[in-house]
Amino acid sequence: MSLTRAQVEGIAHLARLQITEAQMPVYVDSLSRIIDFVEQLSAADTGGVEPMAHPLADQVQRLRPDVVTEADRHEKYQHNAPSVAAGLYLVPKVIE
Amino acid sequence: MSLHTLTVAQLAAGLAAGQYSSLDLALHFLGRIERLGPELNAFVTVTADRALEDARRADETRARGEAGPLTGVPIAHKDIFCTDGILTTCSSKMLSNFVAPYDATVAERWKAAGTVLLGKTNMDEFAMGSSNETSFYGPVRNPWDTARVPGGSSGGSAAAVAACLAPAASGTDTGGSIRQPAALTNLTGLKPTYGRVSRYGMIAFASSLDQAGMLARSAEDAALLLAAMAGFDPRDSTCVDAPVTDYVAGLATPLKGLRVGVIREFFDKGLDPAVGRLVQDAIETLRASGAVVSEVSLPALPLSVPTYYVVAPAECSSNLSRFDGVRFGHRCDSPRDLRDLYERSRGEGFGEEVKRRIMTGTYVLSAGYYDAYYLKAQQVRQLIAADFARAFADVDVVVGPTSPTAAFGIGAKTSDPITMYLNDIYTIGANLAGLPAISIPCGFVQEGGKDLPVGLQLVGPHFSESRLLSASHQYQLLTDWHRRVPPGFE
Repeated sequence: MSLTRAQVEGIAHLARLQITEAQMPVYVDSLSRIIDFVEQLSAADTGGVEPMAHPLADQVQRLRPDVVTEADRHEKYQHNAPSVAAGLYLVPKVIE
Repeated sequence: MSLHTLTVAQLAAGLAAGQYSSLDLALHFLGRIERLGPELNAFVTVTADRALEDARRADETRARGEAGPLTGVPIAHKDIFCTDGILTTCSSKMLSNFVAPYDATVAERWKAAGTVLLGKTNMDEFAMGSSNETSFYGPVRNPWDTARVPGGSSGGSAAAVAACLAPAASGTDTGGSIRQPAALTNLTGLKPTYGRVSRYGMIAFASSLDQAGMLARSAEDAALLLAAMAGFDPRDSTCVDAPVTDYVAGLATPLKGLRVGVIREFFDKGLDPAVGRLVQDAIETLRASGAVVSEVSLPALPLSVPTYYVVAPAECSSNLSRFDGVRFGHRCDSPRDLRDLYERSRGEGFGEEVKRRIMTGTYVLSAGYYDAYYLKAQQVRQLIAADFARAFADVDVVVGPTSPTAAFGIGAKTSDPITMYLNDIYTIGANLAGLPAISIPCGFVQEGGKDLPVGLQLVGPHFSESRLLSASHQYQLLTDWHRRVPPGFE
């Protein structure tokens, strides 16, 4: 196993994913296999190769003028929210 | 000939000639979806009311003499495209209650072209899968053999079109998700150049790889549908501002003189020999029609799968961080605190494969590992792109199989993720290099007493969609594989 259970628990925490006790061994096993599999990249000779930043060589991220382009549609968007009051998204109490 | 086996081009001609109305077509296809859809599980949502409304509007448009080439043609959208006021689930529990508040650009453009929306098709959850088995709504069945997968992730779109429940459907392709299901269901599937079609409103998986395209019955249909989909959109910062060529007019370009490079690395030990023979036969057909065939080598290409399984999960872990149980999507019951809200909402809302990819991505991006995995993968990606660029100095297109095997059984590859990932060994390279690629039907293998389709893949330089479509169209004028319909769905 290239990854330990403790490492996978750490990754799950970083990713904010609850993994049940029953699922944990499945992830330790499969993530280890994936990491072992991608390990073959380390043998590739990439000396002096610029990492790809964009699939089209001559393209750069476009900038746009800093002007308002969207109308306020928060009511429509908040129809999908699990809990809303007075136009605000509700979450459990953060500060005791 | 039945209405439902006709191509988009044939249906458009029939509509223009007044042989039937758009409403006739909508009712015909909705009837088939109701009768044959449940067995295949191809749709997450059938939008019958919307289809009838669209069809009536299309008939009015035609009556006013304002019909375009796609006015009144029924289509389906992969459930990854946001459709205003319609459930858009990405086949995930996370979005099982999500009603999109706006249209994706692809949905908006096909709507503006006058198409009629039949429904939203099933898919692998968040497009992560190669068999349509990771869907929260259950697997999709392949109409050529319902014990087998249709491929993925655009498996519902593939099954729907192959079974003649829709004349064409949209798809997305991050590592082969249009081409592989097209190959496994006897369809023509095009992944355009990265940036050719807007990603706005297309729920993101891996933003440097994702591209929208379509699954159709012919290259001619793909040309018609791409014309109505491609082009600049300021709402996607990576959408390219380049003129859209006339794909339909380009179809007439003959095969004579087309320089075809056969990819040596694609005829490897993983390729089913029966599939390989059909692909070689197709290449012979191209040669016999005047194409100039040579062999090309893309030595870095065998590293495309490990490269992809660093880059795609990395981007996925970032993109899917938006699902936090706060603004939209699944929220767990009675969270104790904010951390519990995040962890349980995400733990419950995402399926096993999606969680696996988020965690893979989180790991390869984490402090201390970034250089060894992510940066290294982006360097290898550059080598793969350079291999293609070198090949395109000598040839117009490179060709090979789309998928190493024909459709496999449901459940056959779910126990080991690596086995599943290797299905995309021939398709991933085009995504890593941002290249357009198409899969077209090139014959059938017999397995278990069933005919199973096989796809030929053509990959071209950036923005060579017109060349890929014309080569495919010319091949389809010489062959009739693409006209075959699965038994029981004629």
